[in-house]
Amino acid sequence: MLAESLLLSAVLFTIGVVGVLTRRNAIILFMCVELMLNAVNLSFVALSKLYGATGQVFVIMVMTVAAAEAAVGLAIIISIFRHRQTVHLDDITLLKG
Amino acid sequence: MDNTFHPLFYSFHFYLFGLIAIASALLFVTRKSPVAAALWLVNVMFCLAVLYLMLDAQFIGAIQVLVYAGAIMVVFLFVVMLLNLGHPSELADIRGQGGRLAAGAVGLALLAEVGVLVRARFPAQLTPKAAAALEPAAQPGGVIGPIADSLFREHLLAFELTSILLLTAIAGAVVLGRKRGATDAR
Repeated sequence: MLAESLLLSAVLFTIGVVGVLTRRNAIILFMCVELMLNAVNLSFVALSKLYGATGQVFVIMVMTVAAAEAAVGLAIIISIFRHRQTVHLDDITLLKG
Repeated sequence: MDNTFHPLFYSFHFYLFGLIAIASALLFVTRKSPVAAALWLVNVMFCLAVLYLMLDAQFIGAIQVLVYAGAIMVVFLFVVMLLNLGHPSELADIRGQGGRLAAGAVGLALLAEVGVLVRARFPAQLTPKAAAALEPAAQPGGVIGPIADSLFREHLLAFELTSILLLTAIAGAVVLGRKRGATDAR
């Protein structure tokens, strides 16, 4: 099942990348990043079957980073929403000059 | 592979949940409403939890349901509700022609990479260490024994650094999420 797992992981990662490139809603963008992290976790777990439990430790670390990223990222989104009343990335153009 | 299941039973369910995961991911990316998208993403995560169970990573499967589907996605849904998104005017957020073309090009490139990966061969023989890790009953700690061993012996420094990361993230979230003006008084 290793090849199938890696294939599924790659497909899910691709869907996540396509989501990041096609959506403008900041929250959905964040969820696409979570999907990519999940896809990578799947390949870690699949390879841990082959190379020992270190892969599963990596998954735990990735989950921790994902939780931290979600907390800080969503706080930033809330903060932007308070200023601009929107989460659409095309409307947030302060750094575009 | 797994001796407790019939191989066909195992493969059938592996493919079944894999296909459900891909279908849910596609629905997730194409939904306009953030709430619907979040729920489809939760579905992807449940399917991945099932696949983790089938790949002999029971602990990771449980953590996936508890932390990812249970905590992280609830935070996302909570923010969607808090910001009151889902207004009809805000729903059409899919990018125009240029963005779709770029996404299609990147998607095709990544899928070509998948094609190359499928041709690659992985070692069929398990390394001795991995073979030992695959015998849960033979391990003194059961299924999470090898994980704990690796986490608290080989990667103890990373584990401790994680606590600093979480502390920083909590402080950052509190500072960023605080209302302007509500500063020192407390």
